[in-house]
Amino acid sequence: MGNKQTVFTHEQLEAYQDNPFRQRIAQVFSEDGDGHMTLDNFLDMFSVMSEMAPRDLKAYYAFKIYDFNEDDYICMWDLEQTVTKLTRGELSAEEVSLVCEKVLDEADGDHDGRLSLDDFQNMILRAPDFLSTFHIRI
Amino acid sequence: MPPKKVQIQVEEKEDDTEESSSEEEEEEEEEEDKLPRRESMRPKRKRTRDVISEDDPPPEPEDEETKKAREKERRKKLMRGAEDDDEIDEAELERLKAELDEQRLMIATVKCKPWKMEKKIEVLKEAKQFVNENEGALGKGKGKKWFAFKMMMAKKWVKFLRDFENFKAACVPWENKIKAIESQFGSSVASYFLFLRWMYGVNMVLFILTFSLVMLPEYLWGLPYGTIPRKTVPRAEEDSAANFGVLYDFNGLAQYSVLFYGYYNNQRTIGVLNFRLPLSYFLVGLACIGYSFLVVLKAMTQNIGDDGGDDNTFNFSWKVFTSWDFLIGNPETADNKFNSITMNFKEAILEERAGEIEENVHLIRFLRFLANFFVFLTLAASGYLIFWAVKRSQEFAQQDPDTLGWWEKNEMNMVMSLLGMFCPTLFDLFAELEDYHPLIALKWLLGRIFALLLGNLYVFILALMDEIYNKIEEEKLVKANITLWEANMIKAYNSSVTGNGTAAPFFVHPADVPRGPCWETMVGQEFVRLTVSDVLTTYVTILVGDFLRACFVRFCNYCWCWDLEYGYPSYTEFDISGNVLALIFNQGMIWMGSFFAPSLPGINILRLYVSMYFQGWAVMCCNVPEARVFKSSKGNTFYLGMLLLILFLSTMPVLYMIVCLPPSFDCGPFSGKNRMFEVIGETLEHDFPSWMAMVLRQLSNPALMLAVALVMVLTIYYLNATAKGQKAANLDLKKKMKQQALENKLRNKKMAAARAAAAAGGQLS
Repeated sequence: MGNKQTVFTHEQLEAYQDNPFRQRIAQVFSEDGDGHMTLDNFLDMFSVMSEMAPRDLKAYYAFKIYDFNEDDYICMWDLEQTVTKLTRGELSAEEVSLVCEKVLDEADGDHDGRLSLDDFQNMILRAPDFLSTFHIRI
Repeated sequence: MPPKKVQIQVEEKEDDTEESSSEEEEEEEEEEDKLPRRESMRPKRKRTRDVISEDDPPPEPEDEETKKAREKERRKKLMRGAEDDDEIDEAELERLKAELDEQRLMIATVKCKPWKMEKKIEVLKEAKQFVNENEGALGKGKGKKWFAFKMMMAKKWVKFLRDFENFKAACVPWENKIKAIESQFGSSVASYFLFLRWMYGVNMVLFILTFSLVMLPEYLWGLPYGTIPRKTVPRAEEDSAANFGVLYDFNGLAQYSVLFYGYYNNQRTIGVLNFRLPLSYFLVGLACIGYSFLVVLKAMTQNIGDDGGDDNTFNFSWKVFTSWDFLIGNPETADNKFNSITMNFKEAILEERAGEIEENVHLIRFLRFLANFFVFLTLAASGYLIFWAVKRSQEFAQQDPDTLGWWEKNEMNMVMSLLGMFCPTLFDLFAELEDYHPLIALKWLLGRIFALLLGNLYVFILALMDEIYNKIEEEKLVKANITLWEANMIKAYNSSVTGNGTAAPFFVHPADVPRGPCWETMVGQEFVRLTVSDVLTTYVTILVGDFLRACFVRFCNYCWCWDLEYGYPSYTEFDISGNVLALIFNQGMIWMGSFFAPSLPGINILRLYVSMYFQGWAVMCCNVPEARVFKSSKGNTFYLGMLLLILFLSTMPVLYMIVCLPPSFDCGPFSGKNRMFEVIGETLEHDFPSWMAMVLRQLSNPALMLAVALVMVLTIYYLNATAKGQKAANLDLKKKMKQQALENKLRNKKMAAARAAAAAGGQLS
């Protein structure tokens, strides 16, 4: 990657610049949450995203990535951010809120208006595509 | 435990010189000094020896006798060795064991914990240290050294396994190529190349088996070319034996070589090492089939666990959280992915809002019936075409080869390959009538292509069986002719001897001996020719269909009326299902033909290797990512299931031929036998002690076989019933969980509403 750099910025992950969650990935795996990663963080990231990582480990980190405001819950605002990033703003605000409501309806077990880690894990571990899409090949 | 004993223990431990316990104490002290976070990981234990309950009466003073007895015991213990202390301290041992197991588990699973790297490394270091220091303590009695040795060997073994895994991972080929394709096209196209690589691995094993155990021994230790009739090109064909045209057809020199069945001699053992070639040939054939079954089943069962449950509970959630493919590394693909995700959402929203739209059911049913009728017609037509082509090729075989053009010689293979190429397009056309959802349409298309290729293959085999029976009939005639010929030769030789008086050795050049027809070699040749022509057709299709088309679109776009790139021809998309099916069927042909042509796995290896590079280049150079991205999540299991089916269907004819047809009388390793499997019986008689042969003969008693078959049927029935029962229980549990979740949701809603009402009420009042 660089020449003898010990700190990698998320701009250096050029191949993944189209990933809508690139900033979140960098933030989650970085040392202080500011997007700068040391070698250890880098290894952590690839270890989690590799083929061999177990489902619950991936689910745990996926939860952290989708939790934009880092309050340990995926609330309505987090969901709206996710959907907007996924569709690059092509859906209208009404459609976005409909989708978010449906998601909360489906996955929120304790009905407190937001997804906790348990809710998220319960939902994601049954998804057939999860392992194959949440995966980076080195 | 009585307090007296506790006190004794404390005293003894103080004088003890046992390493482990002192280290344990150290360990305990160390742990207490550590940072607080470590406390949460390990359960707090109380050591019973440190706890002296206040309720217990004070220990009685010992009298002289018991004290002396105790001292004697202790001295004896010290002489015997420190390890025996473990015998007393059973509870301590148990605790130690539990602790060790816990630490070992931590070492094994530390990679899967969601901690930062530093924490993981520290935890691992401490756990390893603990295990290293305390493992020896578990050794019992005199066996301590042996136990330590076992532990060391176990550790070395683990390290060796780890290094071997690393080596295996480093040996996996084409990782970069697949990664490049994946980042440009997404995971669905890359799955084809992953499948191709897996096939390459399977074929490599088959190749190693056939090459090292069949072809190489015959080449090294068997009689060389030209020594016996079956290994020599007949006199009549000698002139043209080395022509390219003849070699391309796998006649001439290619036919009389280790590549085909007919070359092998039926000597029971060959060479200095007494290598039993016929036995090896037979067993390698069976081993190839057995290995293929094992490997395909293993791949299938690995994927079964990943099957999701029902698709509807978390529809939107899954769409939001799992639709982005993190493998994508190319702007254009990313664009396509974004568009398809957006469309996906819009469709789902529409479905959610609107109800079912009532369409004209009767029209749709009629159209679908019509489409199926056309498809059936196409399948029947293609079957008849192949049968007709095979009959014609038989006629051509009777004629003089020089009068035939290239088309006539290769007609049958070309017909099969062309059918495989054009019929799917026809199916696609008929599918327009049906108007299914794309996913369902894809399933129908795959099913139809599968039926087409299967039908073609089986018609081909039937025609081949026809020819085989003809050849077997011919053999009888040839046998009669040969006896006549031999009688003539002997008469001529005798007359020459009596005439001259000198005994010239009776020598007939092998090329002049009349040959019997060799149906096995013919079968092998047919399959090899089919494979080669298939390969050529595929490559030519890619070159013309993809590459030339891409060149045309790219360069003629400047001087064309409409935009070629977005309009009609545009660039081709990579046809995943077509390519995967072609690969599966080619493999079926390899499995069928490799018993009669040991060279077939080798040819296939070459073909897969070239395909990887060629198709890899073609896909990056001429294809574009799919505009509409959707994939069936169970795709992989589906393809493996088809592969298993093809494997089963391919081995049926081979097994039939081995068991029911007599081998040719003058070619191949089984010549002279009544059936091919008799080689096993012969080996048992000659090479195994006689008692073993007798035992096995008793075992092959039909009554016993019947009993075994009955037991197997019962076992299958029982396992099936258990599996059904467990599936039903599983569904039941799932339903219960859903009910529970619904109830919880309703309850929480009510509670939230009640809280809100209370708050509102509180505000008002």
